[in-house]
Order: sequence, then structure tokens, then C-alpha cells
Amino acid sequence: MSSNHVKRVDLIFEKIECKAVLEKIVDMEPDDICQELLDSDLKGRGGAGFPTGMKWRFTAQEKDPVKYIVCNADEGEPGTFKDREILDQVPGKVFCGMAIAGKAVGAKMGYVYLRGEYKFLIPKLNTELDKFHKTMDEFNQNFRIQIRLGSGAYICGEESALFESIEGKRGEPRNKPPYPTSFGLFGKPTAINNVETLVHTVMIMNYGADHFRELGTKDSRGSKVFSISGDTPKAGIFELELGMTVDQFVNDFGDGDTKAVQVGGASGFCVPRKKFAETIIGFEGMPTGGSMKLFNSSRSMYNVLHNYLDFFTEESCGQCTPCRVGCQQLLKGVEAVKRGEKNSKYLDELVKLAKTMKRASKCGLGQSVGNAFGSIVENFKEEIIY
Amino acid sequence: METIIENELVKELANKHGRSRDSLVPILQDLVVHNRFLSKQDMIDVARELDISAADVYGTATFYTFLDIEPKGKYVIRICKTISCAMKGKNEMLATIEEILKVKIGETTPDGKFSLLETNCIGWCHKAPAMLINDTPYTELTPRKVTEILREYIKK
Amino acid sequence: MVSLSINGMQVKVPEGTTILEAAKQLNFRIPTLCHHDDLCVAGNCRVCVVEQLGAKALVASCATPVTEGIQILTNSLKVRSARKHIIELLLSEHNADCTKCYKNGMCELQDLSNEFAVGDHIFIDLNTIKDYTVDRFSPSIQKDDSKCIRCQRCVRTCEQLQGVNALTVAFKGDQQRITTFEDLSMAEVICTNCGQCINRCPTGALVERTYLDEVWDAILDPTKHVVVQTAPAVRVGLGEELGLKPGKRVTGQMVSALKRLGFDSVLDTDFTADLTIMEEGTELLTRLKKALVDKDSDVALPMTTSCSPGWVKFIEHTFPEYLPNVSTCKSPQQMFGALTKTYYSRNRNLDPKDIVSVSIMPCTAKKYEANRPEMRSSGFKDVDYVLTTRELARMIKQAGVDFNRLKEDKYDSIMGVSSGAGVIFGATGGVMEAALRTAYEIVTGRPVPFEDLNITPVRGMDGVRQASVLFEDCKEEWSFLNGVELQCAVAHGLVNARKLMDGVKSGEINVHFIEVMACPGGCLGGGGQPIPTNEEIRKKRTEAIYAEDMSMEIRKSHENPEIIGIYKDFLGEPLGHKSHELLHTQYTKRVRY
Repeated sequence: MSSNHVKRVDLIFEKIECKAVLEKIVDMEPDDICQELLDSDLKGRGGAGFPTGMKWRFTAQEKDPVKYIVCNADEGEPGTFKDREILDQVPGKVFCGMAIAGKAVGAKMGYVYLRGEYKFLIPKLNTELDKFHKTMDEFNQNFRIQIRLGSGAYICGEESALFESIEGKRGEPRNKPPYPTSFGLFGKPTAINNVETLVHTVMIMNYGADHFRELGTKDSRGSKVFSISGDTPKAGIFELELGMTVDQFVNDFGDGDTKAVQVGGASGFCVPRKKFAETIIGFEGMPTGGSMKLFNSSRSMYNVLHNYLDFFTEESCGQCTPCRVGCQQLLKGVEAVKRGEKNSKYLDELVKLAKTMKRASKCGLGQSVGNAFGSIVENFKEEIIY
Repeated sequence: METIIENELVKELANKHGRSRDSLVPILQDLVVHNRFLSKQDMIDVARELDISAADVYGTATFYTFLDIEPKGKYVIRICKTISCAMKGKNEMLATIEEILKVKIGETTPDGKFSLLETNCIGWCHKAPAMLINDTPYTELTPRKVTEILREYIKK
Repeated sequence: MVSLSINGMQVKVPEGTTILEAAKQLNFRIPTLCHHDDLCVAGNCRVCVVEQLGAKALVASCATPVTEGIQILTNSLKVRSARKHIIELLLSEHNADCTKCYKNGMCELQDLSNEFAVGDHIFIDLNTIKDYTVDRFSPSIQKDDSKCIRCQRCVRTCEQLQGVNALTVAFKGDQQRITTFEDLSMAEVICTNCGQCINRCPTGALVERTYLDEVWDAILDPTKHVVVQTAPAVRVGLGEELGLKPGKRVTGQMVSALKRLGFDSVLDTDFTADLTIMEEGTELLTRLKKALVDKDSDVALPMTTSCSPGWVKFIEHTFPEYLPNVSTCKSPQQMFGALTKTYYSRNRNLDPKDIVSVSIMPCTAKKYEANRPEMRSSGFKDVDYVLTTRELARMIKQAGVDFNRLKEDKYDSIMGVSSGAGVIFGATGGVMEAALRTAYEIVTGRPVPFEDLNITPVRGMDGVRQASVLFEDCKEEWSFLNGVELQCAVAHGLVNARKLMDGVKSGEINVHFIEVMACPGGCLGGGGQPIPTNEEIRKKRTEAIYAEDMSMEIRKSHENPEIIGIYKDFLGEPLGHKSHELLHTQYTKRVRY
């Protein structure tokens, strides 16, 4: 990618005839679907970036006759709102992706776990779901989808916490292993995918793996829907090719005064201006669930950090020590430094603590609190202290 | 032993959603839709319908921010306090709401019509600041827009 | 088998073994807090994290099964720094006022803090920010959230071992806490007071309500005559609290120590255990007669035992429709209390109002039981104070008694003589076995047809056990039992009691007589027994109980001379008028949710 601008793509929101895709996959060998996805190099769009084809193949290989497909629509990462838009614009494609997954792994039942904040989408989704089930009937497919609502808990976006929540319990992440592909929802093998990933699978089955591979870079194939917000004249949802640098991105979306970009939401990293050029958005550089938040020079990075820490302190499930207590200590700690009650050296202690949280927390939430903390403290130390 | 008074609503919801453990959250969600919060008695009655301990119901309910266990008004306003909304004037919106409704965060108006709460990111960062009134999102708020929205709700 | 290396040493372990267990085989102890042998894996305290070479994050050794070829470091720089941080984080959340804590010196967090030489508190004290109050409403259990480290052992105990679910994790994030329904006090919820949570709490967050000072005051008050009774299981547990190995019987030393503490009379709950057998055995036979001879369809069978106050409160809450099935016999402790201020006081020429009746129990539910309003049939509070095994050990230490050098002493009389049948009340299946030894002999005139009277089918650690005894060649007055196979079931741990009662309810389990002990292993695994506890320790205590039984001259309750004496001099006959007045009780229906 050499141009100074980032390439816009229109795959995810493209209105296509899902029926045709379904008709195509009905007669396909399940493993051929997995292979097609492996060939495409599609990696999960929720943030973790696990190869989708591999996830499905693992689930398919499990002997248990009961398996589940789960669509993770618990989009709670601050700065991320693309899944809402996808569900609003092309819900049929999401269900279609779940049906493809169901075919690939041998599941008869799928769940959409929709965050409670998006409850207003339910009537529309239900209408679309009725249509989907009718189509399934037409093809003699008995795959069915149920929608479950969250009720205000960020952590339920973590896959095992999401299972616990559907099972009617507190949304607390489980120990891993075992992984969802062998022990997921209700203890059954489960393929859980992000909303956007599922739509990508539809497009790959529609246009073929090669078409997908043409976009992006060697390590980051395809396009990605970005949620762009903050100090930008062009806030909104954009599907962009992967592999751009932050510099290219800021050229396109900045307001001319961008001092930092938070890539990947509160759990992601803060990239300061001096690192814009060297930072690539993609699996080879900085992977992201799609949140890009721009800050201009009028913003206090202390306030940004404080806001994130406040968020994590409330949204930690609370079960593991590093995350529950660590978040509180980071929050109280930066407050104490700001007020001058602790000296600036205390920040170093907190950076070490953030490292421990990253290494020793039970799930991705606690493990990623240190991302924002470390990168903001490292690059904007003076804003924290004074 | 207390005499059990049938809780028709809980029974109806259990009939609708089922009585297995995974029915718990949907039942609690519908109870909140009906009553705006989960009363102590409702939680006990749900425990009875599902034959789980009341402590389990309580423990599960309190995990979820939207499953309130304190009485709430007919309209629950949740103003987003996460970064984008905070950057784009959430405090100003909050002040406007507080001024109009004469309540602070966490409070309910004396007529039981409005409760004012803060919430974490609701997924409208590109149209910040944003808030939910019950399930409906309102975005790109300005003090003027907030005033108009609330005026409509006050009329309801 | 899976091979792996730990700290550079190779080891082979069966598939499914956790890293923690594998390390143990190489004699590497990895510190833990949320882990407990009796409970499912939680993996939430993170103290046990270890480094797996090549892995990005550290792994929780208690929750991670080994995989082929992995290389584990249990004490690397990364591990040490994370572990120390985690301990420091827990301390920052913890009321670390250790010197004033009831668990001072017996706290797992304190031990770890010491081990890792956590000196300066680097982090901000979060404990003082939060507004904690100590729940002292329950007569059995005291809950202090300021000392809670959220390991959830208590919650898992209440759920997995006891099936009670009175405790839960509530809220999330910085608000997350271990609590009850609506944050009510332990006294107001479905808690059975079993105290199993106390046995597994690593800190001082859950402890027994202690009555040490009250007992000392009574002992040191010259106007009071202080009588102490000791439950069967105390004698096989107390030693652990005083530095001896699990399974050591210390009956004689315990009696000796109690005398040195200043109790005026040291007596044995085993005596009323024998009495319970007489009353309960007769009650069972009477119920069987009503059912089989009188064809009385109202008679409640199966009959269940009533000695375990945790079980009694559990059934009051959970299966109130089965309360008529519960034997009306008071527990041995309460029979003892009622007799202390009637039979004993008369015999000793004492005014019952001057008697203070103390019991040493392996149990916290006994504290609640003694406070039940119906337990005043002597006209006074039948049992004034209940102390746990742990509290007795503390008294012995406070008094400076060198326990391990004490000579054995004998119980005082009256109410100090007992049989082996009374002793085995302390183990799961023991009441059943003791009852069968007597009932069979009453009915047939012959001893139970088991070698050495040991009815092994009702023994063991399986959660629910069933056995039967065939009555043949019955005495004339019991001829209606000829050919009847008495069906029995035994459960220990309330989660198993629930299973058993669900089976009874559904008709799957069809028996005449049920023994339930609320605690795993029976009273010897009670909530008042020494900490730690696990199956191995409970098995050792069980062996000690049965050894004690075998060492007794008298092995059957009905042969206890003091039992024969009390019926002759005082009670008349089992289920007689006096028994009804003093030894039997009734129950209260309570809410299930």
C-alpha cells in the first residue's frame, strides 16, 4: 500500500442475495467450507484474530452430536460500534454466516448474543430472522437461530463469559483450556464468531477466497470495518483495507491536529504522533477490533486514561485478583500521582503492576488493561504527572 | 413458613421462557421491562419458579448493570460517560438533564417518572454524546436537543 | 502418560493432571489460595501462576492440565514478581489488622505475606475506602467482608458440598463481593449454620461466633457449677489443633485437660448418643409397627435422624413437607442439656439455676441449635454455651496446659459412661450402625449378624449409601417384623442429602430409615473441627473413630449401664412421658428460597 490514502472497500455492507449463497453451501462438504476459509486467510474480526477456518474445523472435528454456533454481538469495546451498523444494515448476511458455520461444523442451533444497549434492533432482527428461517425451511435445513440479550456487562463480550451469560449465570470468564471449540456453550463444542467475521464468511463463500485475498497484506488479508470517532471530521463507519499505517489513516481522518490515536478501544494501544508512520494497522502490527479514536492537542491524556481505568474498574467481572484489584490500584494510583500524593516514581510501580495484570489475569480484559495504561503513561507521562 | 402468594407475572414469564437456568436472565430482563426494577419478592418468586436459591438470583442479577435492584422511574435515562461522550460534552448534557428534572445521578424524580443514571459505552461514539431512554438511543445531543427530548417525555 | 519438565526436572504424570499436582510430585509446592482439594477448580486468585516457556501469559497451575513436552518454571523472575504483586494486591484490599484478628497465625494470606516478605505496602489501601460492617447476627457464623479475598471457596462449598447456596458472588468490578440474598445477615437466610464455609475460608472473613469469654467467666465464677460435655468427633480432631497428626485419638488427654481448665464435671455426649439410640430406635420400631400392623397410612416413613442440626435446618427450609418424617428425638447435645438441669442436678443436689452447661462440639450449627426457643425443656436454657473443637484448643492454649504431656483421665459420672455405639455417631453412617446394633437385638434377641458388630455396608465415604438388614426369628412381640428387610440409606454432606431426599420424593429411593449428617464425613468433618480439612484427613479421623469403638468394652447402646440406670431411676421407658417432655422436640417449617 503506497498511496497516502487508505482504500475504501464495500463488501460488508454490500446487499447481496443470501439465498444464492445458502443454496451453494447446502450441498457443499463441511470441510470444503473450512478449507475455503483457510484459503482466504480470514482471521477473526473481534480483535483476537484467530483463523476462522481453523476454529470451524476444530469444532467440526469434535465427536459430540450437539454443537452450537454463537454470534458474538456483544460489542462493548469503547469506540466500537460497527457491529450495530452491520446488524442494522445487513442482518440477513449475519444469519447467513451463522448458517454457513452451522453447516461447516455440524450445528443445528445458533445463538446471537446481542448487547442490551442494542435492544432497539430487536424488532428488525426478528423480522429478518423469520425470513431466514423460512429460507432454511425451503432448503430443508433445520438450522435455527435464537437471539439472546445482554444486560449491560462489557465482560460478556469475552467468549466464555458470553456462554456463562447465555446459560443464565454471572458472566464470568472460564479457565482455558478447555476452549470453546471443545467445551463451549452448555459444555458443547461451539464455534463463536464476531458479527463482522460471519459476514466475511458469506462474502468469501460468495466471491471465493481469492477475491478476499486480493485485499490487504500477507499477514492481514481482506478488509475491516472501522469505527472511527473522536477528534475527526469524518466520524463514522468505514470499511478499509487492512495494512495501512496510522499515518495514512490520520491523513485521511484526522483534523490536522491529531496528537494520538487509540487503536482497538480502551483495551487497545495509544499511538502517539511520533509513531504514526511506523505503526501498521493489521495483524503484523497493531491488530484491532476496529476502533480508531483520534485525539487532538486539546485533549488531556490523563482524562483519557482516567476514563478508561474507570471503565475497567467497573466492568471487570471481579473474579480474579490482578484484574479486580489491579484496575482499582491503577485508577487510584494515577489519581494520587495527579494530586501529588504519590511521586512520579509511583507511575513506574504502576507500569510494573500493569505488566503483572497482563501476564497473570484470567482473561483478555485484565490482560489488556495494561495496553492503554502502558502506552499512555509511556508516551504522555508529563500529562499524567502535571 | 410464609404463605405463598402467586406472582402471576413471574409465573407467566417462566411459562414463556422456561424454567431451566438459562431462562433466568430473560425472565429477569422482562421483569425489569414491566416493573423497571427487580423487587426482593420478585427475585424470591423467580427462585421458586426455577428452583434455584434466591442468593443465586441475586448474585446473577447484580452482575448485570441493566438489571436494577433499586426502584426506578418509568423512564430510565442512561447517559453515556465513556470517552467519546465525555469528550463531546456529556457533562453539559448531564447538567441540562439535572436542571430540567431536578435530580442528580442515581436519583428518581418524586413523581416516579424519570431516573437518571450514567452508563458505560453504548456504541454511538461517532454520534457522541449519546444516551438511552429505556431502550431508545438518542445521539448527537446538544443541550437544546436534550431539552426537546425531555419535553416530549414529560408530556407522555 | 504425559511428560513435562518443571524447573528443569522431568516428570511423567497421567493425562488430566494439573501443573500444580505435577509439581507436587517433584516436591515443588506452588502457593495457592482459591484452590481447595474438596472443591472444583476456580483459578481466580492467580497466586499459583507459573511460567510456561513460550507462552505469552503466565498460567494458573491449579486450573491448567499438563500437555506433552511443556516446560514449566514455578519460581522464575516473572513468576516471582507477579506472585508478589498478587499478594500485595490482595493485602491492599484486605483488612490487614492481623494482630487483632481471630485467625491471626492461622491465616493463609498471612502465611503467604510472610513467605514473600511483603514488607512495605506499595499499593493504596483500598480496604479503608469501603464501608464494611461485620455480620454478627448468626449465633454460629461471623462474616467480616473486610477480610474477604474473594477466593469464593465459601461460595463453592455452600453450593458444591452442601447444595445450600446461601452464599453467592454478587455485583462486579470493584463492587464485587461475597454475600447473601439481598445482603441479609447470615441469620436471616437459608444458611444451615453448618460452618463448612468456615473450614475452607483462608482468612478471617468467616469464623465461628466465639463464646470463650462467657465460658471462662462461668468457670471462674465460684457460684456456678460448670458442666461440660464432649461430642464423639472432638476426641479424634482436637489433637490436630494442638500439633498432633490427623487421626490421633486424644480422649483421655482431652478429659484431663478439661479438668485442668476448671470445669466442675467433665461428661460425655456419647452417653446421650446412646440414649438417642434407645429413643430413636424405639421410635423407628414404633413407626414400623404402626405401618405394618396397624396399617396406619399416616405414619411418616422413612424416618430420618435428627442429630445433625445442620440437616435439621436444611430440611426445615428445603423439604418442609417431610418434617413429620424427622425423628422427634433431640440431638444428643440437647438431650444432654435437658438432663443436665434435671436428672444430673437432682442426682448431685444442685440447683439447676446454678449450673452452666457447656458443650464442646465439632460443629457450628450446634451453637444455633442451643439457641432454639424449643430447647428449654429443663425450664432453663438447656445448653448455655457451645464451643467448637477449635475453641477448646484455644482454651487449652490460653490456660497454658501442656496438652501433649497430659496423662489420660476418665470422664466423671453420672452421664459419663458410653458405648462404642455412641462414639461412632461422629462418623457418617455411625448413627445408622449404632441404631441397627440395638434395634436388631431388641427385635431378635441376637446381636447384628456382622463380624465384630461392624456393619460395614453403611460405612465409607460415598455420598449416598444404601443397605438392608433382614429380620428373622424375631421375638414374639416383634413377630410382625419377621421377614421384613429393613431398608436404610445414609447421606453425608447436604448436597447428597438433597439428592437422597429428591430420590425419596420421586419414589426412586424407597427406604425405612435414613441417616443424614450435614457435613462431609459426618461430625468428624464438622464445621467446628480443625482446619484444614480434606478427604484424606477425614478418612484418618474416621479410622480413629472406629478404632475408638473397637477399644470400648461396651459396643451397644442398650448395654450401657448408665443408660439402663437412667431409665430405671428417672426416665421410665423409651418414648415414655418423661422422655417426651425432655428428650423430644418439634420442628419449624421455613422458607425454601
